[in-house]
Amino acid sequence: MKSFTYTITDPVGIHARPAGILVKAVKPFQSTCKITKGAKTVDLRKLMALMGMGVKCGDTVEVTIEGPDEDTAAATIEKFFKDNL
Amino acid sequence: MIVATGKSILKGIAIGKIKFLKKAQSEIVATASDPAVELERFASAKAQAVEQLQALYDKAVVEAGEDHAAIFEIHMMMLDDDDYLDSITEIINSQGKSAEYAVKTTGENFAETFASMDDEYMKARAADVKDISTRVVNILTGADTGVAEGDEPFIIVAEDLAPSETVQLDKSKLLGFVTHLGSTNSHTAILARNMNIPALIGTEISEDWDGKLAIIDGYNNCIYIEPTQDLLDTLDKKRIEDLKQRALLQELKKKPNITLDGTEINVYANIGNVSDTAMVLQNDAGGIGLFRSEFIYLHSETFPTEDEQFAIYKRVAEVMGGKKVIIRTLDIGADKQADYFNLPKEENPALGYRAIRICLQQHDIFKAQLRALLRAAAYGNISIMFPMIISVREVKDAKEVLEECRKELIAEGKEVGEVEIGIMIETPAAVMLAEELAEEVEFFSIGTNDLTQYTLAIDRQNPKLDPFYDPHHPAVLRMIEMTVKAAHKHDCWVGICGELGADTALTETFLRMGLDELSVNPGSVLTVRKTIRSLDLSK
Repeated sequence: MKSFTYTITDPVGIHARPAGILVKAVKPFQSTCKITKGAKTVDLRKLMALMGMGVKCGDTVEVTIEGPDEDTAAATIEKFFKDNL
Repeated sequence: MIVATGKSILKGIAIGKIKFLKKAQSEIVATASDPAVELERFASAKAQAVEQLQALYDKAVVEAGEDHAAIFEIHMMMLDDDDYLDSITEIINSQGKSAEYAVKTTGENFAETFASMDDEYMKARAADVKDISTRVVNILTGADTGVAEGDEPFIIVAEDLAPSETVQLDKSKLLGFVTHLGSTNSHTAILARNMNIPALIGTEISEDWDGKLAIIDGYNNCIYIEPTQDLLDTLDKKRIEDLKQRALLQELKKKPNITLDGTEINVYANIGNVSDTAMVLQNDAGGIGLFRSEFIYLHSETFPTEDEQFAIYKRVAEVMGGKKVIIRTLDIGADKQADYFNLPKEENPALGYRAIRICLQQHDIFKAQLRALLRAAAYGNISIMFPMIISVREVKDAKEVLEECRKELIAEGKEVGEVEIGIMIETPAAVMLAEELAEEVEFFSIGTNDLTQYTLAIDRQNPKLDPFYDPHHPAVLRMIEMTVKAAHKHDCWVGICGELGADTALTETFLRMGLDELSVNPGSVLTVRKTIRSLDLSK
């Protein structure tokens, strides 16, 4: 299992568009990807659940990736967070 | 060829295909006997919805750029969301419900989740979930109106148009509209005048017209469905002449609103939202005489926050670049309703809980708007106007709340600007008290629509009363004259922001009464200017 924590710097947080792109970026991987904020954890493939978390600027989230391609998936997703969020 | 007649709102010709607007949401049958059939129906409706969204996306990319198109991509992804799909499947399978019921219920549940979040942006996403669900439901029930789609401009035909429906129309594609209900003073009519497009009301309409070519002939109060080629040619010529006439008016730009004998008057424009400012500037209005701020509330799913309002007022003030911008505080109630206000049903809404009456009872709503206005005033020339005033007490109370807001903002270290304060004169009570009221404020703006309704005891929305309705009723004109006289005694200036302001048959009367300003729909600014410049009051 791979994981990383990240603090959101995008002023609007994970709003609809980045959430959409994020879900799209995660889809090709076979691993299970989850995002946790506080007590809430949701599947990164589920757009509405992700949006429903209401991740805002300054929030720290933990992302965990588990599965056969977790190395590449983790690298790709972490890069996505750094570049876009 | 079919000919139907109605009452014309605006003299003009519109030629185009008809879109028949069915009432939103046809009846939904909730139960279904075979889940497998319903799942199949849902799958095919979903595929069709995705197709529509893809088309919208492609079109938006070309027209507005990828940023604006992204929303349709999000909509497609939402339609593919596991939780959303699971919920629909679950309702169909375990509850024996129809596909449309499952989609509608799921959409409502998800929207509820978003709406309850404490983030304004996410709250607004509730509308997206509802939007995709409605799209699928409409496909399932065959009620797809398709108004939002299509590339060609169109003529809208509908039973009636509610203000909430008109705000959703893509106005750049709207050539004209024809309704069965509505009166000459309904919102449909006001919209037509604001947009300067032909419209017919009180017309016997038919669903069969959908998709057919038609001509609205605003000069002859009729619509031709599938017109003959001869008629098409003749009326198209007329339409082009109209356009030329309009071009002539454009030559009046940058010229003063002055009569032959040198009497000058301000001609401002009425707007409902930020995008209308383009029309204001295009038509060379001297300022904004009425910004109907309630449209911000009607567009919204929850109370618009101070910051959201601030951004809007600031934009308008900045776009107008120092020209006067008169913003009327919230005028919700009566025929303009927003669900989240949770206003109880009233026997007599026009005489009910509305406008300043709501604001003076619910300070939190009022203060959010006043604070936004004071902050935006730092960026331009903003005036604040209170609607539906019937007493001096109300004006004093409103001013007190405004002062409270100003003090709070200064204490918080926020920047505030100076504002002129005015009131709407739209009740006979305000006319009778005009002298006392004039001592309290810097300007009056006469709302002739409501003033006429309250003076003549005639309901604007009731088409049956049109025969009794005389927009030039002497009682109303005398009310206006009394107001001007009383105001000028106390150095208070007076304008008209109702429909009468644009009535060129009365322009001379108004000038003689000594009105200081006429605020009209943007499309009428130059017509009114033309009339003013042709008058000689010395004769």
